Amino acid sequence: METAPVRVKGFPVGPVAQAPFRELRREIEEFHAEYCYVLDNNDIERWPRFFAEDALYRITARENAEGDLPVGLVYCEGLAMIKDRAFAIAHTAMFAPRYLQHIVTNLRVTGAEAAGTISAEANYLVLQTLIDEDTRILQAGRYFDRFVRGGDRLLLKERHCVYDTLRIDNSLVYPV
Amino acid sequence: MVHASAGNNEARRAGSNRPPEDGFVWPEEGLTRIPDWVYTSREIYEREVERIFHGRTWNYVGLEAEIPKPGDFKRGYVGPTPVVVSRAEDGSIHVFENRCAHRGAEFCRHQHGHAKEFVCPYHQWTYDLKGRLVGIPFRRGLKREGGMPAGFEPAEHNPQALRTTTHRGVVFASYAPDMESLEDYLTPDILKDFEATFDGRKLKLLGYYRNRQPANWKLYHENLKDPYHATLLHSYLVSFGLLVAGNQSAMIVDPKGRPGVMGSAKPEGAPKVDAANKREMRSFQENVKLHDPRILDYVREFASPWSVTMLTIWPNLIVQRELNTLGTRQIVPSGPNEFTMIWTMFGYEGDDEAMTRHRLRQGNLMGPAGFLGLEDNEAMKFVQDGIRKSAEEKAGLIELGGREEGSSTTLITEAAIRSMYRHWREVMEL
Repeated sequence: METAPVRVKGFPVGPVAQAPFRELRREIEEFHAEYCYVLDNNDIERWPRFFAEDALYRITARENAEGDLPVGLVYCEGLAMIKDRAFAIAHTAMFAPRYLQHIVTNLRVTGAEAAGTISAEANYLVLQTLIDEDTRILQAGRYFDRFVRGGDRLLLKERHCVYDTLRIDNSLVYPV
Repeated sequence: MVHASAGNNEARRAGSNRPPEDGFVWPEEGLTRIPDWVYTSREIYEREVERIFHGRTWNYVGLEAEIPKPGDFKRGYVGPTPVVVSRAEDGSIHVFENRCAHRGAEFCRHQHGHAKEFVCPYHQWTYDLKGRLVGIPFRRGLKREGGMPAGFEPAEHNPQALRTTTHRGVVFASYAPDMESLEDYLTPDILKDFEATFDGRKLKLLGYYRNRQPANWKLYHENLKDPYHATLLHSYLVSFGLLVAGNQSAMIVDPKGRPGVMGSAKPEGAPKVDAANKREMRSFQENVKLHDPRILDYVREFASPWSVTMLTIWPNLIVQRELNTLGTRQIVPSGPNEFTMIWTMFGYEGDDEAMTRHRLRQGNLMGPAGFLGLEDNEAMKFVQDGIRKSAEEKAGLIELGGREEGSSTTLITEAAIRSMYRHWREVMEL
């Protein structure tokens, strides 16, 4: 019995030549940097700005992705749900104060369609620090993204955050 | 209390070899107090494993939908003990310890899978799907040298098998050889709620969450026998009108205090909260609206007066029926200060795509990132932190509703927690 490759249905599998995508990759890197900046500042109410109107946002364990199980630890269908999550975390949720650092690396562009949809993957690491406790890895995972253009900006039409860290350290408050 | 040594509760208990009777004295106020050692003592924890998880209880180990075909298996736990849950060729379900008879290796390493037999990777001792030791390489030695003694009987060395039962697709196991039936164990009121969720429709697995919970395992039961917290901690429920102090609700516990059901009915339309209730609930916010209110839709599909029930089945299962998001939660304790929670989310085979997506959207309420779930996890950590770091032994104050025990129709009571500890003290002889 082998461990299956991490994959999300509908996303390309296997090596993809990266040279044709150098310019796109730079653009997506800028996107990641801004996205992480917002979350690392716990500025969650700015987080919905990175998504398209009909976006799907899902965080799920690798075991679910491998087993083709649809559940999301967070599962938002559409920008309205993404805004509702941002509001709930910002204004209704009770949780201990925390610092977060998102580190995104190994970005690969895996496809660019004529219609303007770009698919990409990247590894991510989220480090969480609670007051009085050591810094811990909250998540180690991979983004499976589909971007579209909204004016001069890239927007996420789909983001699947597939995490290897199956056992979450108590709770996951902010999105990934 | 008799403990006067330096340090905090955690340090004080860590190195102790005293028998539990020695110094574990329940406060004289009775069940309205819960002493700190209940949550922090290693000795108490070890006695719980022996008498509760390995004692006369039915422990949840999984859903039949996880192992639908002969040869399917999953890793599981009974208390902290790793087990294999497998389906044999004849369709029967077996639960046995995931520990090789030879050197003790935890031989089944995959979370889920399909197999004809289990082979311990160390020396290839082999077990069939019923957990019987059926193969030992070089058992007779090589060229008449070595090997196991002639009188060695593999059948006497099977991994410990547990008694197994299923009800409506839910699988339970017990170390006790003479357990009463699950139906008797649950008692009629609790069984009724169990069968409202597991209503005979075949289950469809939607996926898993797992989280570490740095809290004593009993705090999870208490949280779900504490309807008082729901309107106070969970601003989301209150802000969006899913549960307010005036809702029709009930806390039902079985006569022995073990399982319980916390139920509430979602009101139609906007919440009606009077001024007096508003003053008590700091978290009540008026004029807050969801951009996408579908998350709170309730498709009536259950024969139950309750739109939400949290069913706690002693000692390790919670059945979540929160509107239409359904799941089991399994407690896997790993010491007095920590457990792992395994959440298995499901729907029904007849669900169309729209219904599955409704369940997935509603799943945002629960789990370790759920609007309610994350708050419970945070609150329980706070409790354990406070008790664990306490410089002296104290006791929690469980006095809402006075000394009453058992079922109630008000949310503002802790009667069900007192019932649970009456049972716990009996079993623990403390």
